[in-house]
Amino acid sequence: MITKFLLPIVGKAGAFFLFALMIIGLVVPALNLLTSVSSPLHVPDYAVTLMGKYLCYALLALSVDLVWGFCGILSLGHGAFFALGGYAMGMYMMRQIGARGSYGNAELPDFMVFLNWKSLPWYWQGFNHFPFALLMVAVVPGLLALVFGWFAFRSRVTGVYLSIITQAMTYALLLAFFRNDMGFGGNNGLTDFKDILGFSVQAASIRAVLFMLSALALGMCFILARMIVNSKFGKVIVSIRDAESRVRFLGYRVENYKLFIFVTSAIMAGIAGALYVPQVGIINPSEFSPANSIEAVIWTAFGGRGTLWGAALGAIVVNAAKSWFTGVLPNAWLYALGALFIGVTLFMPKGLAGLFAGWTSVKRENATELATRKAAE
Amino acid sequence: MITETLLYLEGVSVSFDGFKALNNLSLAVGSGEMRAIIGPNGAGKTTMMDVITGKTKPDEGRVAFRELNLTKMDETAIANSGIGRKFQKPTVFENLSVWDNLELAMKAKRTALASLRWTLRGEQRDKIDTTLKRINLAETASRLAGGLSHGQKQWLEIGMLLMQEPELLLVDEPVAGMTDAETAKTAELLKDIAKTSAVVVVEHDMDFIRALGVRVTVLHEGTVLAEGNLDSVQNNQRVIDVYLGR
Repeated sequence: MITKFLLPIVGKAGAFFLFALMIIGLVVPALNLLTSVSSPLHVPDYAVTLMGKYLCYALLALSVDLVWGFCGILSLGHGAFFALGGYAMGMYMMRQIGARGSYGNAELPDFMVFLNWKSLPWYWQGFNHFPFALLMVAVVPGLLALVFGWFAFRSRVTGVYLSIITQAMTYALLLAFFRNDMGFGGNNGLTDFKDILGFSVQAASIRAVLFMLSALALGMCFILARMIVNSKFGKVIVSIRDAESRVRFLGYRVENYKLFIFVTSAIMAGIAGALYVPQVGIINPSEFSPANSIEAVIWTAFGGRGTLWGAALGAIVVNAAKSWFTGVLPNAWLYALGALFIGVTLFMPKGLAGLFAGWTSVKRENATELATRKAAE
Repeated sequence: MITETLLYLEGVSVSFDGFKALNNLSLAVGSGEMRAIIGPNGAGKTTMMDVITGKTKPDEGRVAFRELNLTKMDETAIANSGIGRKFQKPTVFENLSVWDNLELAMKAKRTALASLRWTLRGEQRDKIDTTLKRINLAETASRLAGGLSHGQKQWLEIGMLLMQEPELLLVDEPVAGMTDAETAKTAELLKDIAKTSAVVVVEHDMDFIRALGVRVTVLHEGTVLAEGNLDSVQNNQRVIDVYLGR
């Protein structure tokens, strides 16, 4: 029944993607928790965390694809929304440390004690409550996207200029979060997390839960994004991507459509960041670095724009390659990434997703050819 | 003859880098009227359409549509007030199907939320079907618009305007690049549309204008040179001097 409901929304490839995601989301934690360390099937703890990270990156790539692949907004600053979601979660976990910090101050995180601050700044209030922190995971990136998008889209900033100002946005945040007096731990960021909802973030079982939640978030956001792009709204944003002024002459408020999709996408990126931080155990200003946002665009291009699942797959494949490469040839990774991007643009304009689509259409052609030949006989 | 004025341009001037594209242009189109605009290249025909649809703001002058002051509105607001436009180069949404192109153009609430919740009702389906037949694209409904021939794209764009149900339709060179048969069909379509809305057609093709059989306005250097039926205009000495005679 669920398949009947989902299939028209996500399509065949999407259903396959969701199915694979579900299997991974269940099998990886099971093999980690239920098998003994000596078993050949055992998935080590570090691998669970690593793959959990990939799933968060996949959600970030999906959010990039939603604005870039469907609405033509090439954001080179999506890492900022990811980092803000991560900071919101990090602030909650900092407050969870309580009196267990090096200075034993129950009210203030260590770095504030170090800076001689006497009380918690106003913008840290409320972050000791989990529901409030969850709300902020969505609200903070969403609000930034709303304000930024409102000015940019109303002024009809498009194309390269928009990309450049999104890049400037994340760079400005990078500089701001580096400052100690911003109150987000400066250079070091937020780390030394202990608990989430009272459970230790180091525990293998909690890591497994976080992994499953990452898979779940990716799956849900994928379905939601498919519902958006399948609707008339989705057709309007594709039209904006292809012929923006024509859409205006049809009477659609282009800026409102862009704003809606931009904010939705930013919230998804924020959720990805919030799941990422407890798994890697740290959030610092380097997450705002423009290079991160550009990498997310490369994953999306590599996986294939405008399919959503392709972008997610691209993020996973590129990051798995990165993990392997940095182990074998640590200095060559950036060259490999550059070569990959050039290679994809030149030889695979539709990315991995295009490759698969190509195979299936070839298969279909072969099948119809066979059928006609049979009919002729 | 004409019931009431629908579109009214008064003393409109536009200049680009010192070049006067429109020079004190005044023009009135009645509701339900069909009007053809001709003129040599650079006469200001397309600029005039840009001014009406809000793409270009005039330096001087008044542009009124019903009681609305169009110079104070943007493209979207003008489109929603009931003015549709067909561009010189056919612009359809190439990555959407023919059907989806018509669905997007259909008169309906245009807000983002309305589009998210949108579902087609039965009579709206019928309307798209009827339009598909009218523009001869019923068989290609599910094909991507990008794969249509040039003439088919022109018709699809006209179909989109039909779905928009505008009160005033601006059509820029609808038969450019069409075969004679296609041209005749297009003339028929436009005449059909003119039954329910006012239409302003810019065209170079004299045979096409003759087929339409409507009042003609001749533009030259951004201003009105002559106005009347095609025969009187063609016999006008000033028109012959600047345009037809050459």
